[in-house]
Amino acid sequence: MKNIKSQSRRDFLRSSALAGGGLMLSFNLFAGGQRSAAKTAEKITALNLAETWSELAAYIKITPDNIIKILVPNPEFGQNVMTSLPMMVAEELDCDWKNVVVEMSTHDNVKYGPQFTGGSNSMRMYWKPLRNAGAAARQMLIEAAAQTWGVSASEISTKAGVLSHSSGKTAKYGEMAAKAATIAVPKDVKLKAPKDFSIIRNSKKNSEGTKVVTGKPLFGIDYRVDGMLIAMIQHPPAFGMKLKSFDATAAKKMAGIKDIFSFKLYDDSFEQGGFDTRTHNEMIAIVGNSTWEVMNARKNLNIQWEAAGDVKETMSGRGGKIEKIVPGRLETTANQLELMAEFAKKPSKELRKDGDPQTAFKNAAQIIERTYNAPFLAHNTMEPMNFFAHVQEDKALVAGPQQAPGWSEPTLSKILNLPADKIEIQMTRMGGGFGRRAYAQYMYEAARISQKMKAPVKLIYTREDDMTYGIYRPMYTATYRAALDANKNLIGFHVTGGGIPENPIHANRFPAGAVDNYLADGWEIPSNITIGAFRAPRSNFNAAAEQSFLDEVAEAMGKDPIQMRLDLLKRAKENPVGKNNDYDASRYIGVLELLKEKSGWGKPENAGKKRGVAAYFCHASYAGHVVDMVMRDGQPYVEKVTSAVDCGVVINPDAARNMVQGAVVDGIGQSFYGELTHTDGVPDQNNFHNYRMIRHNEAPKRIDVHFVENDIDPTGLGEPPFPPVFGAVANALFKTTGKRYYNQPFMSEQSKS
Amino acid sequence: MAKYSLKINGKTQQVDVDPSTPILWVLRDHLNMPGTKFGCGMAQCGACTIHLDGNATRSCVLPVSAIGKSAITTIEGLSENGTHPVQKAWLEHDVAQCGYCQSGQIMSATALLKSNPKPTDEDIDNAMSGNICRCGTYLRIKEAIKTAANTSNAK
Repeated sequence: MKNIKSQSRRDFLRSSALAGGGLMLSFNLFAGGQRSAAKTAEKITALNLAETWSELAAYIKITPDNIIKILVPNPEFGQNVMTSLPMMVAEELDCDWKNVVVEMSTHDNVKYGPQFTGGSNSMRMYWKPLRNAGAAARQMLIEAAAQTWGVSASEISTKAGVLSHSSGKTAKYGEMAAKAATIAVPKDVKLKAPKDFSIIRNSKKNSEGTKVVTGKPLFGIDYRVDGMLIAMIQHPPAFGMKLKSFDATAAKKMAGIKDIFSFKLYDDSFEQGGFDTRTHNEMIAIVGNSTWEVMNARKNLNIQWEAAGDVKETMSGRGGKIEKIVPGRLETTANQLELMAEFAKKPSKELRKDGDPQTAFKNAAQIIERTYNAPFLAHNTMEPMNFFAHVQEDKALVAGPQQAPGWSEPTLSKILNLPADKIEIQMTRMGGGFGRRAYAQYMYEAARISQKMKAPVKLIYTREDDMTYGIYRPMYTATYRAALDANKNLIGFHVTGGGIPENPIHANRFPAGAVDNYLADGWEIPSNITIGAFRAPRSNFNAAAEQSFLDEVAEAMGKDPIQMRLDLLKRAKENPVGKNNDYDASRYIGVLELLKEKSGWGKPENAGKKRGVAAYFCHASYAGHVVDMVMRDGQPYVEKVTSAVDCGVVINPDAARNMVQGAVVDGIGQSFYGELTHTDGVPDQNNFHNYRMIRHNEAPKRIDVHFVENDIDPTGLGEPPFPPVFGAVANALFKTTGKRYYNQPFMSEQSKS
Repeated sequence: MAKYSLKINGKTQQVDVDPSTPILWVLRDHLNMPGTKFGCGMAQCGACTIHLDGNATRSCVLPVSAIGKSAITTIEGLSENGTHPVQKAWLEHDVAQCGYCQSGQIMSATALLKSNPKPTDEDIDNAMSGNICRCGTYLRIKEAIKTAANTSNAK
């Protein structure tokens, strides 16, 4: 980790002259904190970020010829931060968007803070800092013009990058940029009121669109330097297996092969940080001149694997050092399901209790109990894992797709025994992330291999490597119980959930707060299958189970499913049960009402449609969908989706719609088809011929996206629309087929019926 | 190793590689043309789509030895600055999210429009279902193809 110094308020903004004239404004946007990047990372997971930054810097550069360069601190993985973050700066700078050039920043936690892409956080974390930056630069340009023209700053206005005085004098920002660089940075700046936004809320095209459609080398896998070698790794074929011995004599003799050797990801005494993962610790590296030669040599290895047995791991994170035993069990899906069913019967850890749920269930006139299951999911980013590394004696350069470079840097520093300030991490565009690239073992592997080879190396995973050596969405189960009284009122609610190896329960979310007697509890089964964040972690299961269950409860209560939710939310709003309810019932209601209106829910013209509805809260936002399903060629098909989202101010509306549409397609695909199963620790799926992904012809014909219009500071968008798709699809399946779907993927269940 | 003379984007290029090398890796590793993407290595995802004599072809399973005199077009060959009608339509609809699959999507779409200038939705479904988009931009892909089809010089 780089030295992080405490900043005082006077360091808030700094200006300097650009070589060749012009203004460069650098910002330490959150002064005063003392937190390390790692601590900040922990806080990010708590979704609590804006208050916790130690420092963050962004740069605006304005050249004399009026080019305005805005650097983007957060890595891009398709959420379009390369456009929306600069829009925030440009709005307050009041410049002409046509003159803006966008560039990915370097990695530097001192200047830029955690530089983390994930948790639907980018808009939230930058909303104030980046607008402050733009506003300060604008004020300095005004002051520079005031001094130049000998007039009062208050008489100068700005519009689209032009300074104007009432006398008729005008100047482009570029003309005043050099002078502005000598002006003291303003301490306080006034931000625009939302009603005055002219860039924010006006759709801007993807700033990297042309590079994408012309195939420019944007991605990690495209990274290349002279003399670079290509590496692949062979990992054990099963979770719970390890390397016993290997013979590479024949493979080493093949054309283009430089070396083949085994290496350890971490040293035996390594203490893993919060985001380190160790799927397999010893692997074989195959290094050569070109990808195809390395692929071929790999097939010629003679390798013996053996059972790894139980492995002791040392984790050092929040709350100090802990040791855990990772079981050596070679897992098979049928056994995983049995084990989960067994654990579900045992007493589990109470996560929240309101009122007296036991009595409520004892006195209930009717109890509805349903169990939901969901499999492991592979992220399957279209760009497989890869990283470039050039490790030298006294420094290292690594470049590639990473969501959280600030978290991987301390680990890389330990692995390479190099101080963090001798490590440069370049962030390339990512060909998808979805949480997978918050974990960086492929970066460490590339560095290990480069260090051994004393050469620049690009490590590439094949699709099979990527799919069978993953950091998966965990396998989950949850049992929901609802108690109804004789008048069909919901008097008790109980959810118990668990998973391999993580429990999914969000105990303080809806319907917590809306039911007098509520209980949530959870349990976990340790496993050697490595798991991690997957687009809206845990929520992506909970929304499926809970929203499907509520649909069934509404049916039992004889209520319309939207009205039933609205009634519960009204209770949560007016007279909430318990404390710590995560969600804002008013915003939840707002989304449901917008959804009801836009989908024409309950309208006579839609009476014949097979519709399912669901809504969910996560990442501080609210999203809901109405799914219209038909049978097509004997299979359920989602023909149309109406979506409503409350994510506060929508910065780039068309890009935001694209994101929601993508989340809907992703949600249909994962709920219909997504599944990674195991036989004796070996993943049963290893490429797209046996891991089914949603395809063009399976996407809906139409997805209408509607945003709640308000001036609330932006909340998350990348994740929130994803989870409720699962529930809406399940509920539409019931309407279409007459059968409730409790187990994902739904199409496996469909084929059994 | 063997020497091959390949016609790529209107230019002839020489390579000396193993005959079994898929043209994908010849492009990416040997000719420094990374626009064509690696996705699966088994013709299941379409990220590597190129044109072989105008037909959409998965380059990850096509050995260099099988090319012969056929002309190859890659994403780099459509236009340098995104001026091809299909690329323009992609920009108009702001299709891309992560963008990784889009080279392949655009190459499949361009080949479709060449053989079928006015495709129906079903034609598009059939031609494009070999190209996976993990971000789920399929609706915009379809709209972009329709826009390109309506542009007179979409060939």
